[in-house]
Amino acid sequence: MEGDIANLGQYIGAGMGALGAGIAALGVGNVAGNFLAGALRNPSAAAGQTATLFIGIAFAEALGIFSFLVALLLMFAV
Amino acid sequence: MASNTEQTAGQTPKSTKGIGIALFALAIVLFVIGVVGTKDPALSIHPMDQFELKPAFGGKEISLFTVTNGAVWNFLAVLAVLALMVVGTRGRAIIPSRVQSIAEMAYGFVHKMVEDVAGKDALDYFPYIFTLFLFIVMTNFLGLIPTSFTPTAQIAVTVVLALAVFIAVTVLGFVKNGVSFLGLFWVSSAPLALRPVLAIIEVTSYFVRPVSLSIRLAGNVMAGHAVLKVFAGFAGALGAFAVLPILGVVAIYALEVLVSFIQAYVFTVLTCVYLKDALHPSH
Repeated sequence: MEGDIANLGQYIGAGMGALGAGIAALGVGNVAGNFLAGALRNPSAAAGQTATLFIGIAFAEALGIFSFLVALLLMFAV
Repeated sequence: MASNTEQTAGQTPKSTKGIGIALFALAIVLFVIGVVGTKDPALSIHPMDQFELKPAFGGKEISLFTVTNGAVWNFLAVLAVLALMVVGTRGRAIIPSRVQSIAEMAYGFVHKMVEDVAGKDALDYFPYIFTLFLFIVMTNFLGLIPTSFTPTAQIAVTVVLALAVFIAVTVLGFVKNGVSFLGLFWVSSAPLALRPVLAIIEVTSYFVRPVSLSIRLAGNVMAGHAVLKVFAGFAGALGAFAVLPILGVVAIYALEVLVSFIQAYVFTVLTCVYLKDALHPSH
C-alpha cells in the first residue's frame, strides 16, 4: 500500500466527480429522447429544431462537465 | 470538367471499395506487427501518453519557440482547411466536384446555422465562426489519424479558442449596446424580489461560459481518444481473441468521427448563441 489518507480522499472524490458526469448523461438522454418524441409527432418541424436540440444538450452537458472538471482538479491540481 | 465528374461518378463504388479493403488489410498487418514487435503488449500503451507534448524535430526540452507535435498538427489542420477551400472554390463548376461539394456544404451549413441561431445581423461575424468551425473540425479529423496528435484534446488550445470567443462577445456586447448590455443579467420579466438572486445566477453562468465551452471540447476529444487506446491495450493483452477489441475499436472510431463533427458543431452553435446575447441582450 502506498500513499496516505489525503490521496485516498482525493481519488474517492475524483471518482465521485466522475459519477456526476455520468448523471449528466441522464439529462442529455432526457433532452434527446424528448426531442425524438416530439420529432416523431411532427417530423416536418423537426429539421428546424436541431440547433435547439444541440444547445439543450450542451447546456445539460455543461453541469456534467463541471463535475468532470472537479475530478480533473482533484486528480492533477490538488 | 464535365467529363471528369462523369468519370468519377461511374467508377466511384468499385475503387472506393478496393481502397477500403486495402486499408483494412493494412491495418490488420500493422496491428499484427505491433503485437509481435512489442515485448509486453499489455503495458506498452498507456492511454494518456498520446496527449504528451513533445518537440517535433528532435531534442528534449520545450522552450517558448520549440516546434512541438501539437504545433505541427495545428499547422497541418490550417493547411488542410486552406487546401479544402482553395481547391474547392477553384473550379466553380455548375456540377460540383467532390471537393467543391464539401466546401459548399460546409459553407452553407455554417451560414444557415449563424442565420438561424444568431439572427441576420450576426452574419457580419460569419467569417470568424466559419473559421472556428473549420479549424476545430479539421483538427479533430486529423487527430483521428492513427499516431497523429490532437491539439483540441489539449485544454490549453481549447481555452484559447473559448476565451477568444468570450472576450470578443463581451467587448462586442458593450460596443453595440453600451451599458444596457448589463440588462442581460437583470431579468426584467421576473418579480422584483427575485431579480438580484437571478442576477447572481446569470453573472455566474456568464463567466462560466468559457470554462464549459473549452472543457466540453477538450474533454470529449480526450475521453474518446483515451477509450480508443484502452481498447487497443485490450487487444494487445488478449492475443488470439484480439478480434473482439479490434471490432470495438472500429465501432468507437466511427463514434469518434461523429463526435469530432458534433463537438465542432456544438462549439460554433454556442458561439452563435453567445453572439445573439451580445447583439440582442434583452432578457
